[in-house]
Amino acid sequence: MKGTNLGEFEEIVLLTIAALVSDAYSVAICDELEKSIGRPAKLGVVHAVLNRLEEKGYVKSKLGEATKTRGGKRKRYYTVTNGGKAALIKVREVRDQLWNRIPELTLKKA
Amino acid sequence: MKAHPEISPPRWATRLLSWYCKPDLLEDLQGDLNEYFARNVEEKGVRQARLIYIIDVLKFFRLYTVRKPEFLNLLIHWIMIGSYIRTSGRNIVRNKLFSAINIIGLAISMSVGLLLIAMLMDLFAYDKFHEKHERIYRVKSKYTFNNKSDHGFMATTSLKAARAIDESVTGVEDIAILHRDFSGDVTFGEQKIPLRGFWANEGMFKVFSFQLLQGNPLTALKAPFSIVLTEKSALKIFGEINVLGKTVILHRGDKPEQNREYTITGIMKDVPVFSHIKFDMLGSLSTREVTEAENKQEMKWDNIWHAWTYLLLPEETSVEELEKSFAKLSGKEDMTVPLTHIELALQPMDDIMTGEDLGNQIGTTMGDTVVRIFSILSFIVVLSACLNYTNLSIARSFRRSREVGIRKAIGALKSHVINQFLIESVIISLLALVFSFGLFLLIKPHFLGMEKSLLELLVLDLSPVLVVTFILFAILVGVLAGIFPALFFSRINAVKVLKNLSAIPVLKGVTVRKVMIVFQYCISIIAITATLIIQKQYKHYLAYDLGFTTENILNVSLQGNKAELLKKELAELPEVRGISQSVLITSIGNYWGTMMKNPHDPLDSVGVNYNMIDENYLPLHDHKLLAGRNFKGSAGKTEESEVIVNMEILKHFNIAGQDPEKAIGEVIRVDRKDLTIIGVMKNFNYGRADDGNGRNNKVVMRYVPEQAQWLNVKINSTDWLETYSKIENIWKKIDPVHPLEAKFYEEQIAQTFQGMKASMKVGSFLAFLIICIASIGLLGMVVYSTETRLREVSIRKVFGADEMRLLFILSRGFLLLLIIAAAIGLPVTYLFFEAVFLPEIANHAPIGFFEMFVGFVTVMGLALLMIVTQTLKVARTNPAEDLRGD
Repeated sequence: MKGTNLGEFEEIVLLTIAALVSDAYSVAICDELEKSIGRPAKLGVVHAVLNRLEEKGYVKSKLGEATKTRGGKRKRYYTVTNGGKAALIKVREVRDQLWNRIPELTLKKA
Repeated sequence: MKAHPEISPPRWATRLLSWYCKPDLLEDLQGDLNEYFARNVEEKGVRQARLIYIIDVLKFFRLYTVRKPEFLNLLIHWIMIGSYIRTSGRNIVRNKLFSAINIIGLAISMSVGLLLIAMLMDLFAYDKFHEKHERIYRVKSKYTFNNKSDHGFMATTSLKAARAIDESVTGVEDIAILHRDFSGDVTFGEQKIPLRGFWANEGMFKVFSFQLLQGNPLTALKAPFSIVLTEKSALKIFGEINVLGKTVILHRGDKPEQNREYTITGIMKDVPVFSHIKFDMLGSLSTREVTEAENKQEMKWDNIWHAWTYLLLPEETSVEELEKSFAKLSGKEDMTVPLTHIELALQPMDDIMTGEDLGNQIGTTMGDTVVRIFSILSFIVVLSACLNYTNLSIARSFRRSREVGIRKAIGALKSHVINQFLIESVIISLLALVFSFGLFLLIKPHFLGMEKSLLELLVLDLSPVLVVTFILFAILVGVLAGIFPALFFSRINAVKVLKNLSAIPVLKGVTVRKVMIVFQYCISIIAITATLIIQKQYKHYLAYDLGFTTENILNVSLQGNKAELLKKELAELPEVRGISQSVLITSIGNYWGTMMKNPHDPLDSVGVNYNMIDENYLPLHDHKLLAGRNFKGSAGKTEESEVIVNMEILKHFNIAGQDPEKAIGEVIRVDRKDLTIIGVMKNFNYGRADDGNGRNNKVVMRYVPEQAQWLNVKINSTDWLETYSKIENIWKKIDPVHPLEAKFYEEQIAQTFQGMKASMKVGSFLAFLIICIASIGLLGMVVYSTETRLREVSIRKVFGADEMRLLFILSRGFLLLLIIAAAIGLPVTYLFFEAVFLPEIANHAPIGFFEMFVGFVTVMGLALLMIVTQTLKVARTNPAEDLRGD
């Protein structure tokens, strides 16, 4: 078994999948990522991450219907599993705790 | 269901993806790539989109996407290999003719490949024994005088340049300087051994990895009059190698200052075979500073012909930087010699053997031209043999396709069929390797013997590495030859084939094959005819009437020995009929010239050729005197006063109205001496038989026996070998140092036409090769077309056609092809020789009917034999056998 901790990029991808709800397939995820983090996400990288997430059990996938746009090839749709959701919540909790401990965080001029 | 049928990603990339990718990931991946592709087409254009697609496909090659090897499939392949080998074996045995022809065809062409591989291996092994071979560079020079540049670089430099680089150029770790002509007879007590070598500086053993067995490598070549011997040379002189510090005398001539005493300061291991520098001994270069101190040429900047300079460069040196400092050096030194510019440049040592063809090489080199030509030639030969195999296998597809159909019906995959056919062709090529290896051993000595330099350069010895390379080569050839038949058979549709044999895709490119056959036959006719024509020339020159006799004359080189002693001893042999002396051997390409004054115009001098002979020379060689008398023998040394001239001299200078009788007694001035004409001889071929002057050289025969360098011994013997060994024994008594150099006059003549002989050998081998390959190609065509016409033949037979008629119908097409080939090949050869080649060489024999048609007839005969046997086989089949099935 591989480690079950969630990397930063993995986390973002997982969140994106969750945000896209029922329309989360590789290309859409890429586009969404590009929009949210503001730099192009490479398809190969995203694919590798999706593959890893699936291995860790955070997402599951199934093939959709064939459409004309992809040369007749079906899309693979990803949904976040309960395990994935738990992992996301856990990461958020850790962050929130840390945030709460910071008394004041503003950008000051040094 | 393609979205953009007109714009699609590159097919091979798609295939590559589906080949390596896991099936469960594949569809999604393909879809994604397609989607991006479509996007990119709109945004960036088709070209860029394709490129991105390809890059993406390659980028997706990752651990998690790659399909794991399917063990079951591999297992099946492994189990089936046994079966493939068995069926291939059966197939080979069943079609003995085909297999034999295939194997022979491949074997013959592969032998050329083997030769090339062995040769390249040898050539690339050169100079690799030097530890720092990658860092050793040779300085080459280019000579320009009065703005006229030499064509290319010389491998040599001036001593001056070498010394200047040593002293003033930075960035050179070490420098080795070699100077030519350190050779002579090394004398120690009674022993006298002729050896050759170079003058070398003390950098010699720092730059190169020649090993010293004894002596200090750093100082061995430092002091003047030091000599380093190779182990072999030391054993020759002393019989042992512990001779450090002993002195020897190097005998280089008759004058006392040419014979100096040298101290042995080192004994080195023999020079390895694969060294481009070869020598028996080295003398310290510093010696020349003593002996050549007075020689003004020695250190001149433009004396670039005698020394070789090798530099050992540190690891990171820029060659360009170094060449820039050379340019500076040239700029400075050019001033010392008017109108001259010497350009210096570097050549890596690893390039010497196979690189640029420089002038003045230190030893024999191969040069890139020869290597390139030979490589291309062997590539063509091997490739065309492979093509023929391909043709032949596909032509036989009618036989094999049912087998493939059944295999596929019971579950063989495409890859299984491919494997089977590849294994079959590899087996055939491995069998061919056995034969071609035999052939290789057979032609090796002929190949090496073709030219003296090849014998010096190459060993072509078998090593394990070489054998492994041969086997790899054979496998490669097998795969190359078998890949297309394999692909062809793997595509066969099992159902169609089993239902109906004629459903096999009919072979495409019949026209292409016809052209190929015409081309191959054309070349074979040209090769045979050309070889025959050259052979005729060769024989013509050997039997050429030179105007005197060369029969049974053994020419013995005196090598500096006194003629009288040898003559006396030889004359006692019963087989010896006569002995004469001469300074040179005529008609084998030696020309000695001097000036003769025109008797009618004292200001006009003309070059004439001459030979210095004794009184026996003319009768022994059967030279005809037109008037006057031969020289009279005179004891002891006398002043030169008489001369015999040939008719051409009388004609050119118009002496005595060109009347030989009247010319006797005239005095002419030759070589600043007044000589009386005592005889006039008939013209003869002073130069080679192919000399354009023919017999029209102006020749004077001078009577100077003591200058003789050759003895011409007329021999009448039934046992040549015995006579030769007798002569050798006599020679050994007189000169124990140098081996006897004696050759029959006719042999010497044959030797001067060695180039022709070599091209004859190459030509006939090439002709043989191409005929074999062409025959196989033709055979494939004949079989293909007769087998496809089997039904036609059967029906014709049922309707009463007889064998002769069928034979004619079936072979008609091929005869036409052959005639076209001959119609192109013969005139091309004739025109080439008649218009281009033969006018270049003088006194040639005319092209005869015989040479023109022997090649044609042989090739036609071979081809006809093949056509007739194959068509006859079909013509003789029982029509019922074939038609019954319908």
